[in-house]
Amino acid sequence: MESALLVHRLHFAFTVTYHYLFPQLTMGLAPLIVVLKTLALWKKDERYNNAARFWAKIFGINFVLGVVTGIPMEFQFGTNWSHFSRFAGGVIGQTLAMEGLFAFFLESTFLGLFLYGEKRLSPKMHWFAAFMVFFGSWLSGYFIVATDAWMQHPVGYETLPNGTVMVNSFWGLILNRWALWQYAHNMSGAVITGAFVMTAIGAYYLLSKKHVDQGQIFVRTGIIAGLIASCLQLFPTGDGQGRMIAQHQPVTLAAMEALYNTQPGAPLLIMGQPDSHKGSIDNPLAVPKMLSFLTYKRWNAEVKGLDAFPKEDWPDNIPLLYYSYHIMVGLGTIFIAVMLVSAFLLWRKKLFEARWMLWILMLSAPFPYIANTAGWLTAEMGRQPWLVYGVMRTAEGYSKMVSAGNGWFTLLGFMGMYTVLSILFLFLVYREIEHGPVGLPSGDKFTKEAAVVSAD
Amino acid sequence: MPTLWFLIVALMLVAYVVLDGFDLGAGALHLVIGRTDEERATVIRTIGPVWDGNEVWLLAAGGALYFAFPLLYASAFSGFYLPLMMVLWLLMLRAIGIEFRVHSKSPVWRAFFDTIFAAGSVLLAIFYGAALGNVVRGVPLNTEGYFFLPLWTNWRVGPTPGILDWYTVLSGVLALVALTVHGGLYVTTKTEGTLNERARKVVSVLWPALAILTVLSLIATVAIRPVLLTNFKAQPLGYLIPLLVFGSLIALFFYHSKGREKSAFICSCLYLAGMLGGAAYAVYPNVLMASGDAANNLTIANTVTGSYAMLIAIRWWSVGIIFAIAYFVFLYRMFRGKVTTAAGDSHGY
Repeated sequence: MESALLVHRLHFAFTVTYHYLFPQLTMGLAPLIVVLKTLALWKKDERYNNAARFWAKIFGINFVLGVVTGIPMEFQFGTNWSHFSRFAGGVIGQTLAMEGLFAFFLESTFLGLFLYGEKRLSPKMHWFAAFMVFFGSWLSGYFIVATDAWMQHPVGYETLPNGTVMVNSFWGLILNRWALWQYAHNMSGAVITGAFVMTAIGAYYLLSKKHVDQGQIFVRTGIIAGLIASCLQLFPTGDGQGRMIAQHQPVTLAAMEALYNTQPGAPLLIMGQPDSHKGSIDNPLAVPKMLSFLTYKRWNAEVKGLDAFPKEDWPDNIPLLYYSYHIMVGLGTIFIAVMLVSAFLLWRKKLFEARWMLWILMLSAPFPYIANTAGWLTAEMGRQPWLVYGVMRTAEGYSKMVSAGNGWFTLLGFMGMYTVLSILFLFLVYREIEHGPVGLPSGDKFTKEAAVVSAD
Repeated sequence: MPTLWFLIVALMLVAYVVLDGFDLGAGALHLVIGRTDEERATVIRTIGPVWDGNEVWLLAAGGALYFAFPLLYASAFSGFYLPLMMVLWLLMLRAIGIEFRVHSKSPVWRAFFDTIFAAGSVLLAIFYGAALGNVVRGVPLNTEGYFFLPLWTNWRVGPTPGILDWYTVLSGVLALVALTVHGGLYVTTKTEGTLNERARKVVSVLWPALAILTVLSLIATVAIRPVLLTNFKAQPLGYLIPLLVFGSLIALFFYHSKGREKSAFICSCLYLAGMLGGAAYAVYPNVLMASGDAANNLTIANTVTGSYAMLIAIRWWSVGIIFAIAYFVFLYRMFRGKVTTAAGDSHGY
């Protein structure tokens, strides 16, 4: 455990996994808040404004946590992965710098206006502020996914005489096909989190017979968004992402499925424990020929197993990769089922009385977080042993000057810090949920006079 | 083109120090000038809508540094590993302090978060000053352009320095005083009454210290790094920069005693820009100097990326910076004017 490489990997993995608990909710909630604000304007119904205001508070808390845990990510490229940064800065520095310039400034400005400017802005301007927060957070997400996509599938670059790489096609980098699929898949994943959380809190209000009006709005909005996003998650985005992996990282596909031997008519494993020493699965539960069909649309197509690739190119933690992938897919399937049933009950106008379903919806909230985390683990562990796929190995990229001891010191520091953050976060969110969606105190509403006074 | 990017990164860092500098300063001050919970809340409200936007300049500057000079980014960030990690923790503590004090209803916890916020602000100001001190003093770069610095060794400026030695501690203290004055002046422009008076008093007390520390640090810099005078000797126009530093320092005192709050604050901005600009002018074309063999210096030429990358980036950067400036102008206009102490604003700021 004193390997510096291991510490630096754990360092990044821990901080980025924790970080992404927050952006997935803000990116998922942002479009839903825009929907609520639009309904408020369109139906001239103050209840939707109250709903939007409640979610803006939850959004705000998550956003702050996303920012404070996000800044370390940008630093760690240099602090913990300096050899990689020196090598690839001429490419991924571009997308990361663009995120700062185009997305962060926009987000910080409009979030301030959205959260604190309701009485200074007209209703339409306030809608616009909400829209820009949504736009900014999704733009931010794109630059990050484009950065990761270049590491998964490097395109649009050339090697300089000093051995480092530089972007040589701006649009090639930005419109990397991998990035487009990964972004679509990732963003619908974020909307699933946003929708399930909104539904869960709505279900909690309905079950406890508090804020029933608002609870119904939350549940309705959440279920419609959740059904759409859960379906998009499977097709076309999940399918498209899968085809990218099959085409460009076939060894990753074999490892995700724990397919040790190349075979025609390969089965799709539902459960079972991979054993890399024996090269087989314990207690397998599989659908025959399904993997061949899903990958190549032919039942008897040959799928390459791990044996078709040199061992030094195998992902270095096959069991964890395999489990992450299967947890993601399994939960994704359950999400579709849950949303289909509740959408049906909603359509038949039976949902608000069906307490058993509300209980399920309320308790479902944590699972999209697990699925999104498992999805990213699949992507990043699947990329191993490469840091930049086929170009630079992970073992070549870390900061050689930073010892394992220093790495452990700061990793433990982050763990302590994030424990405190978690406690504060849960406390604040719990308090907002208990406080509930209530209207603006009178006098705080937007009036022409207030706008004039505050503009002076 | 590489020099242009050097200028851009330097300008963005100046923007960061000038902008985030005043909210760091206000944070360092707010326990001193705010005696009651209400007064502290008012100080926080003066920076409430802008502090996180100000912090974005650090990320934007870091991003530009990353792609324009990858080796510099890689070397400096891994070499300054420990202090940077602590800067991250302090930035977090500060954000926790300010955000949770706004959300917190209990006076006990508000006092706690106020203290966190103030401590984070003070330490960050010192760290930033020490960081600049390290860049000016030089670091033990190896032939591959990397280094690693422990937090301290023997506190001397020598061949095996630590992050902290007498020179960088001096820079840190200077930065703390300069940013506190800067923040104090900002608070005077945004408040009235008691808070305004107390902030004025802090500036009056600290100004002589700032003047003395500035002179001391210039003397110390020339003493430990005579080579930094090369650019000034080659191009005497460069002496305008120290002239700007002292001119703005004197004008600051003059406007401050006349009660012209905004002019004094602008002088403080110019002072900070002059100090940083002077450092950038002195080290150019080096970007990180070796404390040992000068052949190991990191320069613009040996850290820069390829020309296409710089060319493409200047296009999007020009567009992006116009938007960024527009947002800032808009945001500052929106929240311009003095902050009142009235507790009517239930939304925090």
